[in-house]
Amino acid sequence: MRFQDEYRDPVAAKQLITAISRVVTRPWTIMEVCGGQTHTIVKYGIDELLPNGVELVHGPGCPVCVTPLELIDKAIAIATRSDVIFCSFGDMLRVPGSQSDLFAIKATGADVRIVYSPLDCLKIAEQNPHRVVVFFAVGFETTAPANAMAVAQAKKRKLSNFAVLVSHVLVPPAMSAILSSLDNRVQGFLGAGHVCAVMGLEEYVPIAERFQIPIVVTGFEPLDLLEGIYECVCMLERRQVGVGNQYSRAVRRDGSPRAIELIHQVFEVCDRKWRGIGEIPLSGYRLTEPYQQFDAETRFNVQQVTVHESEQCISGLILQGIRKPHQCQAFCKSCTPEHPLGATMVSSEGACAAYYNYGRLRHPVAAGSEI
Amino acid sequence: MPGAINIGQLSCPRPISKSDRVLLGHGSGGTMSADLIRNTFLQEWDNPVLAALEDQATLDLSGWIRSNSHLIPRLAFTTDSFVVQPLFFPGGDIGTLAVHGTVNDLAVGGAIPQFLSAAFILEEGLLIEDLRRIVASMRTACKDAGVTLVTGDTKVVNRGKGDQVFITTSGIGWIPEGRSLSIHNARPGDQVLISGTIGDHGVTIMSQREGIEFETVLESDSAPLNALTEAMLKACPKIRCMRDPTRGGVSSTLNELADASGVGVKLWESRLPIRREVRGACEMLGLDPLYVANEGKLVAVVPADAAEGLLQVMRSNRLGKNAVAIGEIVSDHPGIVVLKSMIGGERVVTMLAGEQLPRIC
Repeated sequence: MRFQDEYRDPVAAKQLITAISRVVTRPWTIMEVCGGQTHTIVKYGIDELLPNGVELVHGPGCPVCVTPLELIDKAIAIATRSDVIFCSFGDMLRVPGSQSDLFAIKATGADVRIVYSPLDCLKIAEQNPHRVVVFFAVGFETTAPANAMAVAQAKKRKLSNFAVLVSHVLVPPAMSAILSSLDNRVQGFLGAGHVCAVMGLEEYVPIAERFQIPIVVTGFEPLDLLEGIYECVCMLERRQVGVGNQYSRAVRRDGSPRAIELIHQVFEVCDRKWRGIGEIPLSGYRLTEPYQQFDAETRFNVQQVTVHESEQCISGLILQGIRKPHQCQAFCKSCTPEHPLGATMVSSEGACAAYYNYGRLRHPVAAGSEI
Repeated sequence: MPGAINIGQLSCPRPISKSDRVLLGHGSGGTMSADLIRNTFLQEWDNPVLAALEDQATLDLSGWIRSNSHLIPRLAFTTDSFVVQPLFFPGGDIGTLAVHGTVNDLAVGGAIPQFLSAAFILEEGLLIEDLRRIVASMRTACKDAGVTLVTGDTKVVNRGKGDQVFITTSGIGWIPEGRSLSIHNARPGDQVLISGTIGDHGVTIMSQREGIEFETVLESDSAPLNALTEAMLKACPKIRCMRDPTRGGVSSTLNELADASGVGVKLWESRLPIRREVRGACEMLGLDPLYVANEGKLVAVVPADAAEGLLQVMRSNRLGKNAVAIGEIVSDHPGIVVLKSMIGGERVVTMLAGEQLPRIC
């Protein structure tokens, strides 16, 4: 853990905060893309330590938050079947669907299991040949290689009782969508380090140039974020456009070519709906033709589900950096982790959960709301 | 016309009297139950009260009352149920948890634990050998804690209707005159002490369950705290309150305290004692050690002027050797626990909503 502690050093943190204060000459709005970064920022109080001019807004980079309601409802419909063992990462289980959530149906008898790796599902499938093991393949480019590996392995092992419910989304199209919005306030980005560790930096260059902004790929420890913010503010002050890499200890310019190759073997780009935001063209993955047999949506014929989204929840605006959690009328009132209206209050990476859990003292809630 | 019944071919479905597994008959109340009690429970707990096998334990208090100037003592009484998988883990098993958990619930209230009861709900098919191991470690745990198990119960449920073993223990302890510990007692200026590293038990169980391995063996901290609490209370009768931060971890304990006493709690992240392996596992799984369960730790709130002396006393006990002050009671933000982060920011530490869930990435 010594390595990690170095990235939490209080003296170095103070020096970086001082350095940021020295270079800022006017207000800037920077968006951190990833929910993991949002949590570090609020958990360590980085937002309150920054000089007044530097505002951080929170991006759409929480895979749990942006998984569309339809897919949650489809997951629930599949998991309810007696011939299915439904496997998922832990934090998807509490996300509310239209009527229920995966935890609730588990309590009524559905076989829903938490796994730490999609490859664990293959073992479960081999141990349960008479049931279908379905994995909820959620996430950004970060989880795509492991999920692709599971599907490729299933095909190699001729596992006919394994399927994936695919809900992969891609970061660069979402960044472009945010920057194209008429309401956009974002002037610079902190890029998501884990995503870039897989995909590299090249995809970000055209975005930086098209929208004339700086993008600094950043890690997840407090000093990573402070360095990333410092670099981004310096670029903004110098009117510098381009892609910086604070997270060079994990991110190479070309990413991980083997992982990219595996992703492209199993997945192809498609249009994808984002919860709270809507459809973003070419922003997701679906299975390529040779792997169609593993598509749970087709296998269980759950193409049509009727969804009902909360009318109070403004998570879509929060995910685009237009509003902050404490500016929502439902925050801490009708929407809490015990009774979430939207996924941003549920996920361990959700901005609303971060504000609720860590930031309630320093962010006064909207009028009409109460803690 | 039906043929005549051949009596010789009929067999009576009599339960097998000797089985290496728990059978439904072991819960029948008949001879198999009696055998199980005699061969498993009484083998370990050989005391005259339990051996009498009455429907109740009759306790003779006269000796204790005589030695305490004829005062009628106040009694502390508690009960708790234990369900854990796996049943056996590094540092203990469900049996040690069942004893330590109830002993500790009494001890942190200032009581001297004396008597325990244990109710076992066994699932048909459980290996008798496993039950014996559990009962044996319970006996050792009782001996370590100086408590006597004086009454109990056994039920057997159908296979699939239980999770191998559930144990409920109840405990009775005496509270010496002049002790009044309560979560309502915390006052601004008080110090918050912890007896050692946090999260060891919860992470041990989770790593066993999920097959996560560490370079060093991580063990549950399951232990009886009554010797430590006695030493602490003798050295410092002014202790405001003590709690054992089990399920829900340190954060739940401190939130309950802040709420009950109407005070704020301020924690210093840099002082939280957390083992390297526990920190690593929590980082990997997306868990917060403040919410992870402990089974052999206590949190104490004490007046500031007594804190340093009490820490010395705690550190001289094996179970308190890593004791540190982790925070203070404040009048700001009543009912809320705030953590000062290592880099100087502040955040709220809330009660956990539901279970902690491992994250996606």
